[in-house]
Amino acid sequence: MSDIAERVKKIVVEHLSVEEDKVTENASFIDDLGADSLDTVELVMAFEEEFGIEIPDDAAETIQTFGDAVKFIEGAQ
Amino acid sequence: MFDLTGKAALVTGASGGIGAEIARALHGAGATVALSGTREAPLAELAGELGARAHVLPCNLSDAAAVEALPKQAVEAMGAVDILVNNAGITRDNLFMRMSDEEWASVLEVNLTSTFRLCRGVLRGMMKARWGRIVNISSVVGATGNPGQGNYAASKAGMVGMSKSLAYEVASRGITVNCIAPGFIETAMTDKLNDDQKGKILGQIPAGRMGSAAEIGAAALYLASPEAGYVTGATLHVNGGMAMI
Repeated sequence: MSDIAERVKKIVVEHLSVEEDKVTENASFIDDLGADSLDTVELVMAFEEEFGIEIPDDAAETIQTFGDAVKFIEGAQ
Repeated sequence: MFDLTGKAALVTGASGGIGAEIARALHGAGATVALSGTREAPLAELAGELGARAHVLPCNLSDAAAVEALPKQAVEAMGAVDILVNNAGITRDNLFMRMSDEEWASVLEVNLTSTFRLCRGVLRGMMKARWGRIVNISSVVGATGNPGQGNYAASKAGMVGMSKSLAYEVASRGITVNCIAPGFIETAMTDKLNDDQKGKILGQIPAGRMGSAAEIGAAALYLASPEAGYVTGATLHVNGGMAMI
């Protein structure tokens, strides 16, 4: 797993209080990891801070799964 | 009770009578305060009176860019914004049939839109802290209406609906959002009324007197306190019984 994926996973685990092995490529934040809509906003905020990037709202909407998040952040680096 | 030691509060309209008393109340309970308003001199004077833990942040609330910048300036000055009091407001009274688009828009912009922008601007920090207090100063006329104040009443009623919606969204994060609806309060604005006007107003107030700005400050202190953590989406009417709603 890439360094970025590790850091994203750490944020997700901490923020949503889920087991690390639940955070898989296709795990949906809302459907599989128990996030509510405000959690997803907070996750995006946390990603922005961790990686020093800006995630516009329309892009944030496309980030539904752990894999989506890693892919977006890798592309933004 | 009502200890705000270590909390940082941003108060808009702090150059006015009510805003200054709100700032005094929060500061008196131990909070660090950022005083915002359009006129720098009265803000500086108030900061001088308060002494330590007081910052002056002038801001024109009809300037969108300045409003966006204000929460960031407050964080730079105080390290955080734990408490936001949206107190600033303007009036441009006119009979409905004569009210211009400009009179309508300017009141909505300053009273309602700037409140929205400031709330949005402080939420990120409050969400992370899992603690926050937003107190929006509405008005009794937002609930009752008032001839000649269609724009002002709309802005103050809009504030209530906005606050309730936001209260829903952030309640699970330890952030409360409430309104205070003052009735007639003794300020520079009400000093301009003549005796006849004052007499008519007092006739409608069961308490038989106008309220003091300090009585609004006390209400704001309560809503900003840790003790009010279970109060959210509420409007606290402070009006001497003038409208029991």
